[in-house]
Amino acid sequence: MIALTRRYAFPAAHALRHPSFSEAQNRRVYGKCANPGGHGHDYGIEVTVAGPVDARAGRLIDPDLLDEIFEENIGSRFSHRLLNDDPIFQERVPTAENFAEVIYAGLAEPVAERSTARVVGVRIVETRRNSFSYGDYGNRG
Amino acid sequence: MVRITRAIDFSCSLRCRRPDLSEEENRALFGRRVAQHGHNYRLEVTLRGEPDPVTGMVLDLKDLQTVLDREIMDRFDHRDLNADTPYFEKQPPTPENLARVIQGLLLDALPGGMLDRIRLRQDDQLWVDVIEPLAEAAS
Repeated sequence: MIALTRRYAFPAAHALRHPSFSEAQNRRVYGKCANPGGHGHDYGIEVTVAGPVDARAGRLIDPDLLDEIFEENIGSRFSHRLLNDDPIFQERVPTAENFAEVIYAGLAEPVAERSTARVVGVRIVETRRNSFSYGDYGNRG
Repeated sequence: MVRITRAIDFSCSLRCRRPDLSEEENRALFGRRVAQHGHNYRLEVTLRGEPDPVTGMVLDLKDLQTVLDREIMDRFDHRDLNADTPYFEKQPPTPENLARVIQGLLLDALPGGMLDRIRLRQDDQLWVDVIEPLAEAAS
């Protein structure tokens, strides 16, 4: 199989606090990440798509189109924002695990609608020491 | 099974253009990539296999490097993909197509069943993986 990965980056803030936890529970579970003022990261976001290579263009997807879909659905929504302000993170904690899944879900439909490719994985590089990936990457082992 | 990965870097010039299309159609299909430009590619080649019981190696990295020099570096490094190689007369040298050309060259040059995947990085923002399916489990 063949897959194409595009890397995006933007800074965003988050605070890891569960809405139904007490202050003490949040502290216990999330430690310094529960700091009410929040903290931020320069997120690296690697979006992987798979599918047929269009014979005419020689491409899985036009990277300019993928950039456009990313900006419309993810960049404009999360770049330079507090993730906790987004409706989807009212009930879910904006961990990088959940963020990866939210980004995957936010891209899957527009990519499938506007190209012949499908999203197969999203990897979030939260810091130089932490990364998280969601998706089966086309079961590529 | 063990996987081993070796990386090489090479630089090429290219333009994405189909000879069967007009200038206007090419521009619509490939955008700014119709113009001559270049990339510093990084190729990561991953092999899979069982280490030799004596040497402890899947394949001697020196031998792998010899194959990579002959098949990839000598063919592509500091070349024009369109003018200096025979692979892009009928298809544009997109990273997808270049990766599949490289996959074909390495499948022919390496011991059977050894190539696991290649990752062709066009730059820090875009890369293509070509992954060989695992053979049916041996009975």
